[in-house]
Amino acid sequence: MALAVDVALKRGAFSLEAAFESGPGLTALFGRSGSGKSTLIHLIAGLARPDRGRIVVGGETLLDTGARVSVPVHRRRIACVFQEARLLPHLSVRGNLGYGRFFAGRRAGSAAEIAPVVEMLGIGHLLDRRPAGLSGGETQRVAIGRALLAKPRLLLMDEPLAALDEARKAEILPYIERLRDEAGIPIVYVSHAVAEVARLASTVVVLEDGRVAAAGPADAILRRAEILPAHEAEVGALLDMVVEDHDASGGVTRLTGTAGRLVLPHFDRLVGSPVRVRLPARDVLVATQMPVGLSARNVLPGRITALSPLGEAVMVEIACGEVSVAARLTRASARDLGLAPGLAVYAIVKSVALDPAGVGTGRRTLEI
Amino acid sequence: MLGLTPDEWVAVGLSLKVASVATLASLVPGIAVAWLLARRDFYGRALLDGLVHLPLILPPVVTGYLLLLAFGRKGPAGAWLAEFGVVFAFRWTGAALACAVMGFPLMVRAMRLSLEAVDRRLEQAAATLGANPLAVFLTVTLPLSLPGILAGAVLAFAKAMGEFGATITFVSNIPGETQTLPSAIYTLTQVPGGEGGALRLTLVSILVSMGALLASEVLARRVSRRLGSA
Repeated sequence: MALAVDVALKRGAFSLEAAFESGPGLTALFGRSGSGKSTLIHLIAGLARPDRGRIVVGGETLLDTGARVSVPVHRRRIACVFQEARLLPHLSVRGNLGYGRFFAGRRAGSAAEIAPVVEMLGIGHLLDRRPAGLSGGETQRVAIGRALLAKPRLLLMDEPLAALDEARKAEILPYIERLRDEAGIPIVYVSHAVAEVARLASTVVVLEDGRVAAAGPADAILRRAEILPAHEAEVGALLDMVVEDHDASGGVTRLTGTAGRLVLPHFDRLVGSPVRVRLPARDVLVATQMPVGLSARNVLPGRITALSPLGEAVMVEIACGEVSVAARLTRASARDLGLAPGLAVYAIVKSVALDPAGVGTGRRTLEI
Repeated sequence: MLGLTPDEWVAVGLSLKVASVATLASLVPGIAVAWLLARRDFYGRALLDGLVHLPLILPPVVTGYLLLLAFGRKGPAGAWLAEFGVVFAFRWTGAALACAVMGFPLMVRAMRLSLEAVDRRLEQAAATLGANPLAVFLTVTLPLSLPGILAGAVLAFAKAMGEFGATITFVSNIPGETQTLPSAIYTLTQVPGGEGGALRLTLVSILVSMGALLASEVLARRVSRRLGSA
């Protein structure tokens, strides 16, 4: 277990009482603003103290109010990437990168190598610049590099993309994926954006008013509309697939996985590379017979496992191979088609409904 | 240059020495007190704040007399320090002490404002990167508050160059030992035919003060350019 948290804190009208555990890979703390995500990050980092609680990282107890244990911030070896980056303005990019590295080197006797991190984040050309002269995306990449070079045993990222526009987000997301897959450091990632969480997270912890509303594997959480009421339009299945081939003339990329095949608008990724695709439930159609003369390219055969009411709509869970796809239909559609658990159906998705920009790289590390 | 007489040069040199020593010696205590007032909440904080500001409000003569009572040869602090060979009474060191005390509130005020303006979130970030509190202070807080610290030092220096009341009360007006620029100007205005000398020293006074201000302005600008905020 990479991280185990069980804390309680009360500040005026706000109270936080949260317990969760997370493994390697990326754990998303998901919730709207004011739900306690950032407070939780501050508690884990040691920048704030809970009224009572326990925090264990990588087997070492960093906080145990019962046993009067509280490791100070600078000895926790938990690096943070903040929303506002917080680069030191009086140091160059090189100076910022070297800052945590210096202390890590004194502690561990050897410092992390700067070159691979600089290369991974593509910030080699910025080394002699001042933070004030960097763009938002560059600033965040330097902040990520600085955190990595501090050789942390846990990386906290507090809405690192929230202050960036869509283009800059798209620029940084691949770096965070590489970080997750290559650096081997567990990450706790705070976000209130479903797309980000769907793309990055292996585990999702949903916070609501300072309480853990749900926690579990990303795929299991992100399809449950009842625990993500504010994001009804975005819930859906997550499919881990592999790039099978590209059809340049047709402008599409084909993916294959245990659910079957998916065709997406063309995107640039090597054949054979693992990818993760989000299938929003409201973009999934259901047919009781194999459709003919249909423009939609993605027809996944499966069997209904569950129907659950969701306001005026119905969520239909369809098992396709080993994975499960969720479709959101009106009650009338479900009734007229006679949908019921056990019925063999086809889940249909238009290719263009699948956004290549939202395709994440699949996780190469195994979940434990 | 300026046609100063040797005696007048002595007064100028002494003033520069007294002001420099007063400023340099109060730098570290000044930063410490400014930091305490800016960052710490402790019992007696208001008292410390008041004590630091007292010389600003009291008549300088009163401050000088209190210094004489405490640090004079028979004063409790003076007698004790004399055992270690440190004597303030009627020495230039006493003039420096008087100037330091008088300039201290100005220095602390400027430093405190700039310490309060340092973004605490940057200090937090440094701590998460492994810097202990002292390292955070030396590598983040201090460099970021440098403009204010410089401003405080320059203010204290300028104040020391002009300090008169407390100095003359505490260590008198001994040429070559405690007769600083203001004391010399005052003395010259009290003797017949001293107007020329008084005017020349006044000119020097203005030049030194202006020079100090200019120097601090240039330094502050360079610092803030380095911080990227200019």
